[in-house]
Amino acid sequence: MREIDRRTQIGRRVLLRGAATAIPAAALASAGMGISAQAIWAQSAKNLNPHTMATLVLVARDIYPHDQIADSYYVKAVQPYDEKVATDSKLREMIEQGVARLDADAQNHFKTPYIEVLSQQGRLTILQGETLVPFFNKLRSDLVVALYNQPDLWRRFGYLGSSFEYGGYINRGFNDIDWLPKV
Amino acid sequence: MANFDLNDDGVFVIVGSGAGGGTLGNELAQKGIKVVILEAGDRVEIQDFVNDEWESFKQLAWKDMRTTSGTWRIAKDFPNLPAWTVKAVGGTTVHWAGASLRFHDFEWKTRSVYGAIQGANLLDWPITPEEMAPWYDKAEDKMGVTGTHGIPRLPGNNNFKVLQAGALKIGYKEVHTGNMAINSQPRDGRGSCQQLGFCFQGCKTGAKWSTLYTEIPKGEATGNLEVRPNSMVVKIEHDDSGKVTGVVYADTENKGTLKRQKARVVAVAGNSVESPRLLLNSASSKFPDGLANSSGQVGRNYMRHTTGSVFGVFDKPVNMFKGTVMAGIIRDESGNNPSRGFVGGYEMETISLGLPFSAAFLEPGGWGREFASRLDDYTRLAGMWIIGEDMPQESNRVTLNTNVKDEYGLPVANVHYDDHPNDAAMREHGYRQGSAVYDAVGATRIIGVPPYPSTHNVGTNRMSANPRDGVVNRWGQTHDIKNLFVSDGSQFTTGAGCNPTLTIVALAMRQADYIAHQMGQKNI
Repeated sequence: MREIDRRTQIGRRVLLRGAATAIPAAALASAGMGISAQAIWAQSAKNLNPHTMATLVLVARDIYPHDQIADSYYVKAVQPYDEKVATDSKLREMIEQGVARLDADAQNHFKTPYIEVLSQQGRLTILQGETLVPFFNKLRSDLVVALYNQPDLWRRFGYLGSSFEYGGYINRGFNDIDWLPKV
Repeated sequence: MANFDLNDDGVFVIVGSGAGGGTLGNELAQKGIKVVILEAGDRVEIQDFVNDEWESFKQLAWKDMRTTSGTWRIAKDFPNLPAWTVKAVGGTTVHWAGASLRFHDFEWKTRSVYGAIQGANLLDWPITPEEMAPWYDKAEDKMGVTGTHGIPRLPGNNNFKVLQAGALKIGYKEVHTGNMAINSQPRDGRGSCQQLGFCFQGCKTGAKWSTLYTEIPKGEATGNLEVRPNSMVVKIEHDDSGKVTGVVYADTENKGTLKRQKARVVAVAGNSVESPRLLLNSASSKFPDGLANSSGQVGRNYMRHTTGSVFGVFDKPVNMFKGTVMAGIIRDESGNNPSRGFVGGYEMETISLGLPFSAAFLEPGGWGREFASRLDDYTRLAGMWIIGEDMPQESNRVTLNTNVKDEYGLPVANVHYDDHPNDAAMREHGYRQGSAVYDAVGATRIIGVPPYPSTHNVGTNRMSANPRDGVVNRWGQTHDIKNLFVSDGSQFTTGAGCNPTLTIVALAMRQADYIAHQMGQKNI
């Protein structure tokens, strides 16, 4: 049995973020970091401002960090908030205040907004702030479905989803394991 | 198909259409008794099932509001989802895994065998293993259980092969693909398992036994059985003499309009959370503590099995999602061997989750790199479920939460559970042994997973020889009201260390015999 590496190729952007501490924020921004308020998906938000959207996407990645997964999946996972806040003022308040709190804490510690804090460890420290618990828990519990329940994403993890239409696995490798020791 | 009048007081009313209610309904219908099954959920047929974990959950799961209390981890992880059961015709037989094991002989008489265990409300069943043997035979034949009656076992999938290799390597002997109510070859008008990997989402091939497409249509074909979906029973009524006269139910397809179905006899089979809730919510001036509750035991002794999962991470692919979910078992730990530090036994059974449920259940509440890396390893996971006997405790119970009401103004169920020290010791042992199994075949990492919302819910209307000790007699007939029966897992005196469905079905078949006889004698 051959194992196919399903991961996307590691792009420059990810490498940059991984080694980010040495690179000034301005250079990174100009390098076209994917998660930015300037991105089309952030600019096209109807109800939340682009900066809030961008921050939510980065928070999503910080909560469930998969280096093999492109930003677009995280964007898709948080996009429903933009719709929901139109009719849910409590949610809007929670999100906007949460992002404001993240930014305030980031300013305190790192003199930049959250989205420009380059060290993931630094962001996690902020994210786990006591006043952010309800905001964090809401995002975490929503994202565990909103992120991982994207059929497009399943294949990245090697999960193949619905099998009935393909006749199940009876003729498609349900017992093809070949590396086990003989007993 | 039958269609009975609401005022027909000659009908036998069953609340619920799962392993207990669906089986009882068919068995009675076959004997010429007129039966109305009231099912709270919708009728979702095979063609409607979806191979999609969350979609299917939305379609099938019992999601009505419930609350939890106690020190069990479920109260923290899933405070409003103590149990994962089904609200649809067929009940929990729609999403069950198919594992069909008989109790060991000692599991019918645990009080005698284990002795007095502090904090445990142990009691021997008022039924002997010898008496149950022929009913197990009938139930296995009805359900087409592999490894019995000459029915071949299912072929082993990758997840099983990992389990088997590890188990044999550490010296376990009884390892196979289980006794499964899943066709390994065509039988009873249903085809054989195609290894879809979606047993929990409703079997789209119909290879797995479910009352939805076996018992219920067979019963309906007699002309004696009517199944009314979307009918949520809210109260059981009685007359001055204390005899049950019928039920009130909400027609949920019709704006929840309340209807009254008269009945000659009522059997409750709504699973171990709803069944005691219904008895308690049916309190009256004559029965202020709820129906059939003179013992005070209704809702008590809630058991949910000592469970946990062990996942091994390997350096090569397993693809656990390919194939039958639970067709794999190690039985060597299922005996009673107190030298292990606990009484009772447990089984180790293969389990697999898709990616969405892995995210939700491998580490509830988890996040961060550690969490994410488990999912990055998804294709290289092998998984097993530990399922063992938990101790009945009086304080583990289903009560009415009068602070939280459902849409009909009735208190919802609160499920309280604390692990008994015996349960905790057994779980730890299971984690250790499960880890050893995977370590033996080269696991690079072991993930110990806490219990899922309870799929095995038993014991809240337990069977007892003495009316002081339980709710129903050896036939599932309530001690207090002779035309009121309990027909689901809530009648379990103790939980045994194996999956409960086969025993529920065997008890329902046995009960049907008793009921037909008693009705013939005009005793009920």
